[in-house]
Parts: sequence; structure tokens; C-alpha cells
Amino acid sequence: MRDPARRQRILLPVKGWFIWLSLAVALLLNLLPPTRIVGYPDWVVVALTFWCVREPRRVNVGTAWLFGFAMDVADAALLGQHALCYALLAYFAASLSRRLQWFPVTQQALHVLPMLLGAQLLMLATNAIAGGMFPGWGFFLSSFTSALLWPVVSFLLLLPQRQPENVDQIRPI
Amino acid sequence: MEHQPPPFFKTGPAPLVRLTLFILLSTLLMVLDSHFHYLEVLRLGVTTVLHPIQTAAGAPAWFLSRIGEFFVTQSALQNENADLMQKQLVDAKTLMQMDALTAENAHLRDLLGARKGLQIDAKLAEILYSARDPFSRKVIVDKGVTDGLKPGQIAVDNVGVIGQVTRVFPFMSEVTLVTDKEQTVPVQVVRNGLRGLLYGGGDGGTLDLRFMPANADIKDGDELVTSGIDGVYPPGLPVATVVTVERNAAYAFARISCVPRAGIDRHSQILILSSERKLEPQPADDESRERPGKPRRGRSPAAPMTSPAK
Repeated sequence: MRDPARRQRILLPVKGWFIWLSLAVALLLNLLPPTRIVGYPDWVVVALTFWCVREPRRVNVGTAWLFGFAMDVADAALLGQHALCYALLAYFAASLSRRLQWFPVTQQALHVLPMLLGAQLLMLATNAIAGGMFPGWGFFLSSFTSALLWPVVSFLLLLPQRQPENVDQIRPI
Repeated sequence: MEHQPPPFFKTGPAPLVRLTLFILLSTLLMVLDSHFHYLEVLRLGVTTVLHPIQTAAGAPAWFLSRIGEFFVTQSALQNENADLMQKQLVDAKTLMQMDALTAENAHLRDLLGARKGLQIDAKLAEILYSARDPFSRKVIVDKGVTDGLKPGQIAVDNVGVIGQVTRVFPFMSEVTLVTDKEQTVPVQVVRNGLRGLLYGGGDGGTLDLRFMPANADIKDGDELVTSGIDGVYPPGLPVATVVTVERNAAYAFARISCVPRAGIDRHSQILILSSERKLEPQPADDESRERPGKPRRGRSPAAPMTSPAK
């Protein structure tokens, strides 16, 4: 809020195809081969949370569920576990969207981190019920790296909506 | 009677309603998948749709590895060549003995009127990626139904057993590693022929030899090979080495930890063995047992066929 001229810059409306493209790219990043590294961020979660916060009317629980289902199949995991977690995460992200957008991106990341941790905890719980094994505490590291990515991702995903720099002062839009 | 004003914007069902719907749907999916295994067709369909994305995701790594192969130095190649020559010389002796032994074995089997040894057919497959699911130990390989893979076949490397094919898709298959918590291998101690069941230990890549009595004749360093009595694993493949044996009089069974022989997490190329073996019909009083060759998620097909070592 310190720099009202910068913060209040009016963004162009988002394009529907760009949302889907960014989610597909996130899915691709999640499927990269060296994803067994401890703390590899969940790109789909970051992108989904971002769009649920920015555009809760376009990306909602259903979209999140769909991508969670795709992750379930791609991970050869128990069907429905990612879907459940992503859907809940999307719900909370969308309900926080009005509040979250008042904060600068670093503080937004702090808001997002507990949501991501909650989603991972839920995934751990569902797996414990289904008889999976405990993956070790490094499992939760992924939430922290994902939260660290939040500023970067929100900058990149808002790029297409930015206006050119040389704005006409008489007609700001 | 209270009347609500009509909504200004059409937004579909309320978020909470939508959330409840999807939570119910995912719970239903989880139950159906983990208990009833009804959803393999659905999984297969979605995998086919996802296959292009997965191929695209694997492309950069594949490309980099090809570039890496191209820039191998000549000295490295020469060293490798020398090593291989030496290894071949060492192996030649064993191979010569092997020929003689095979002939002798065939002769003895003929004499005994025993069944012929298994015809094992092997297919080379490449590991595409480890399944990202941190709750299990699985890898995805690049051969599928179109290459003749079937669930229940065994994956090995040049040293020993890696795992078992648990799901097949059109162009890919899922191999559950022996270190997975729900994977079971029927094994035999080489030294004295003691049979047992080897369970995946989950974390840390260890294996547990369970249900062995506390006074069982097992020592550190014992080699475990597949026993082959389940009809799924071909007999005699090395699986693991015993590292620690804990005998506690308070428990009926000894705690035996093993490490896998094969490079479970190291190789990118593995062999898929398919042993076509006809099992004898089961005795009439055992109808309640499951039929072999039908692996199900969460339980190795080998498990119901064998009993803990007696």
C-alpha cells in the first residue's frame, strides 16, 4: 500500500486460455522426472491457489478437483487423495481471496503457507487411513518451497494482464 | 414464508455445496479404489489422455542424457572397455561351467521325469520416472500392454529382483518396488533352504523377513533368493541380504532386516521377466484361497500362495 500508484495499476482482464495453459504447464512441471527430490514444490497447487485467489469465479473447487484427479493418476496414487486435498485448498483459497489481495505478495505467501500445510496434512491423514507409509518429515518441506514460489508465480501469471509502461496520464486506462 | 431475492449473477451452486459434492466424490473414489479396485478402467483412460504430457515432461531429461552420452571422453570409453574385457574373462569360466551344468541338469531332470525348467522370456524396459506419490515405492516404465506386459510379471536388474508389475497401461506400466510397504516376495535362504516371506520395509529402503521363529537358523549376511513356490516369481533370483537379526525372547518371531541386492533406486534400465508357468490345480479343500496371477493393488499375488516358513 506504500506505493499507491504502482499498486493501483489497473490490470487487463484475464484470458481464459491463459489460465488453462498455466495449469497445464504446472502439471507438466509436476511430472518432470526428478520430482522425487525432497521438497520439490507442487506447482499445480501453487497455480491453482493463485487462480482461486485471483479469479474465484473462473477457477473453483471443480477445476481443482479435476487437476487433483489428474495428479492422482499421474502419481499412481490412491485415486481421489489429491483431488480431495486440492478441492479443500481451492475452497479456502477462494474464500480468502477478497482479504488476501489487500496484502503485498510476500505477506500473501505467509497466508498461503498454512493452507498448503493443511492440505499436505490432510493427504497424510487420508494415506494413513488407506494404509500408506509415513514418508518422513521432509514431505512437508514441499509446502515451504511452494510458498517461497508464490511471489515468483504471482508475478509471472500476472504478466499478460499488465499494461504497457508508458501510460497516457490523461487517460489512465 | 420467507422469500429471498433472486441472485444478481448466475454463479452456479454455492461454494460450500460444491465443496461438499466434491469431497463426497473423492471419498467415494478413494473407497472404491482402495477396497474394491473397480476404477482400473477409469485410471487407464486418464493415463492415455495424460500420456502426451508425461512424454513431454520426460523429453528434456532424455535429451540431456543423450547429449551426455555423446560427449563421453575416449579415455572413459577405453577404461570401460578394459574393465569389460577383464570381467568377460572372469565370467567366461563361470559360463563354461554353466553350459556343462545346464546339460547335466537337463539330463538329471529327464532321468527324474521332472518338469522342464521354466521358460523365461525377458523384455528390456526403461524407467520413465519414479511415481511422485511419497507414500509408496513405485516406478513407471516405458513398456505396456502393447509390448505384452501383464500384471504380476517380475522386474529385475543385472543383480536381482527389483519389483513386480502391478498395473499396465497401453504404453506404460507401473512397477511396485520390493521396498514398498505392501509388496511381498516369497524367499528362501541360500545357505539352508529355509523359506520365508520378505516384506517391504517402506522407509529407508530396507526389507523385513517376517514370521520367522526366534530360533530360526538365520545369520547376518545370509543371501535370500526367490523360492519360486508361488508360481509367480521364478525360483533362484537373488533378492536381499540379511543385515541384522534381533532375537528377543519376549516375541515369538525374530526381527530380521535385509537390504535389497538389486540397485533398486539406481538403474534406468530393467528387465521384465514373464514366466509362463501352469500351476497344478488346487486341492479341493482350498477353494477359499485366491487364484494366482491376479495381482491386486495393495497385496502381492505371491502372498496368498505361500505360508510362513514352517
